[in-house]
Amino acid sequence: MTTSYEERTGSVEKSPDGPVAKAAPKSSRSTAYLLTVGLSLALLAGCLLSAAIGAYNIPLGDVLSSVQHRIGLGGQALDRVGESVLWNVRLPRVALAVLVGASLGCAGALMQGVFGNPLAEPGVIGISAGAAVGAVASIALGLTFFGNWTITVFAFIAGLATVLLVYALSRSGGRTEVVTLILTGIAVNAFAGALIGLFIFFADNAQITQITFWQLGSLSQATWPKVLAVLPCALAGLLIAPFYSRKLDLLALGERPARHLGVDVERLRIVLVLVVALLTAAAVAVAGIISFVGLLVPHLLRMANGPGHRFLVPGSALGGALVLVAGDLAARTVAAPAELPLGVLTALFGSPFFFWLLRRTRRKQGGWA
Amino acid sequence: MRTLRDLFAVRTRELPSPVAPGSPAVEAAGLSVRLGQRQVLDSVDLTAHAGEVVALVGPNGAGKSTLLAALAADLAPAGGEVRIDGRPAAAWSAPELALRRSVLPQSAVLSFPFPVEDVVRMGRAPWAGTEREDEDDAAVAAAMAATEVTRFAARPFSALSGGEKARVALARVLAQRAPLMLLDEPTAALDLRHQELVLRICRERAAAGDAVVVVLHDLGLAAAYADRAAVLHDGRIAELGPPETVFSGELLGEVYRQPVEVFPHPRTGTPLIVPVRQN
Repeated sequence: MTTSYEERTGSVEKSPDGPVAKAAPKSSRSTAYLLTVGLSLALLAGCLLSAAIGAYNIPLGDVLSSVQHRIGLGGQALDRVGESVLWNVRLPRVALAVLVGASLGCAGALMQGVFGNPLAEPGVIGISAGAAVGAVASIALGLTFFGNWTITVFAFIAGLATVLLVYALSRSGGRTEVVTLILTGIAVNAFAGALIGLFIFFADNAQITQITFWQLGSLSQATWPKVLAVLPCALAGLLIAPFYSRKLDLLALGERPARHLGVDVERLRIVLVLVVALLTAAAVAVAGIISFVGLLVPHLLRMANGPGHRFLVPGSALGGALVLVAGDLAARTVAAPAELPLGVLTALFGSPFFFWLLRRTRRKQGGWA
Repeated sequence: MRTLRDLFAVRTRELPSPVAPGSPAVEAAGLSVRLGQRQVLDSVDLTAHAGEVVALVGPNGAGKSTLLAALAADLAPAGGEVRIDGRPAAAWSAPELALRRSVLPQSAVLSFPFPVEDVVRMGRAPWAGTEREDEDDAAVAAAMAATEVTRFAARPFSALSGGEKARVALARVLAQRAPLMLLDEPTAALDLRHQELVLRICRERAAAGDAVVVVLHDLGLAAAYADRAAVLHDGRIAELGPPETVFSGELLGEVYRQPVEVFPHPRTGTPLIVPVRQN
């Protein structure tokens, strides 16, 4: 209505409003930059606070000074108890929270990209539960042939099988419908639950205690060997994922158009499914099922900075780490000296959010049909 | 970061060399395609040359989209061969094909609400890491201007109307700047002005030396803008040639099972096709 006659009939080769075209990516790039810096600072602050606060309080200054001392930049060691609490209890826990959170956030973003569906999340569609079956099996059967890595390896194998299964079951005609995906998730979760129940039935008392603790989703058993046990999986996944960001953007157009733009879709899918399985296994193996982080974090970041995966994938890793560090701090301080299971806490906040997302998706589509 | 990325771009791509006008951009020879049990295409021969617009017309289910998909190397033929830029389609890798042909699908969908400009910029993805990456901004701006979508460059794709989405999808295909453009019903969702606009763009691209193959339902548009038209009927090409000679009342009436009248436009002489109506 407001365009002039010249504009409407003008030569098609001219670009009268170039500045408008330029403005969009520039502003989004600076948002991405601000978000990255903000999230990094918040994560750093969260880590320091988490290291300082607890049943045995260590002043922030002492934390910094002890860290300085250990990496040989001056500072000084704390007393024996403080040093032990900080380095053997708190810091492995913080490191684990960062790794698990980053894995979950990143896995969520990747999965949503691969499925082309904003509701895909390892917890919701049953990948976490699948990985959990592997982990429980290795505990209940007392398997140890990969040493520290046994649980991770089993979680990875079972998680991978589950991703492949869900992918095969929920796709038809190159697309994944929301309903199919969620229903597949329900079925897979139920089946995984039954398998876990079966393993618990055959486990002895000590194993049952171990499984139960682990299943609730908790970082309370954090030790450096545990950090090392998931580090390769998580790191590999987190390092590979960003290289596929641009291709994930193209995949949003659909499989065929992505192929027309030079994406080897089959290869992309296989690599990303492997990466998702790696990340989920890393998270599940140490912390049990912590759901909704992979749903909530990418979604919030998408609202803040748009759906471009070049920021979303690493950003979700950063955001996931922040959420989990903060969540873990809350889990062990709000009801001190008791400790809330972390998985319970994330589900408490995540489920209403998931519900809201579902409603919104439904409204946009005008019903599930 | 750039060097790191180069390190991971393992396979080198063969960039397309400029083609002489009139040389074949895509050739189908004895092409047969089966989908499930159905023989959708039966020994089709079609060549699109650099510098021409070829229209594929025909009734619903005649195999137009299937032929286009086969030319795009989306489908593996049951018989015969498709050659793109002189080489069998199967011999190109996906990234190499993307430098040689662009494809506009029938419906434009997007899983996430990318802004319009980002969607158009996706068309530049094949050139990433090549020297022609430098023309990205110019190509995106030109494609958006040509399709008149510059005005809503910053709006999310999902907030557009059907016709606007179709134009954005076309802008993405234009931005790809491939020497062969395959368009599946680019005018289906468009108003009168933009239908004409799209086909003028096709002509411009052909004049610039590209080959354009376009599926059209509007025979009038095909007659006015195509150098050659292929009339498809039951998976075969019933007739192929300049619209003036191909579009006869007899052939179209038989193929469409609807009597039509064909007469030259009083001023331009372009064939006009009108269904025979009783009153």
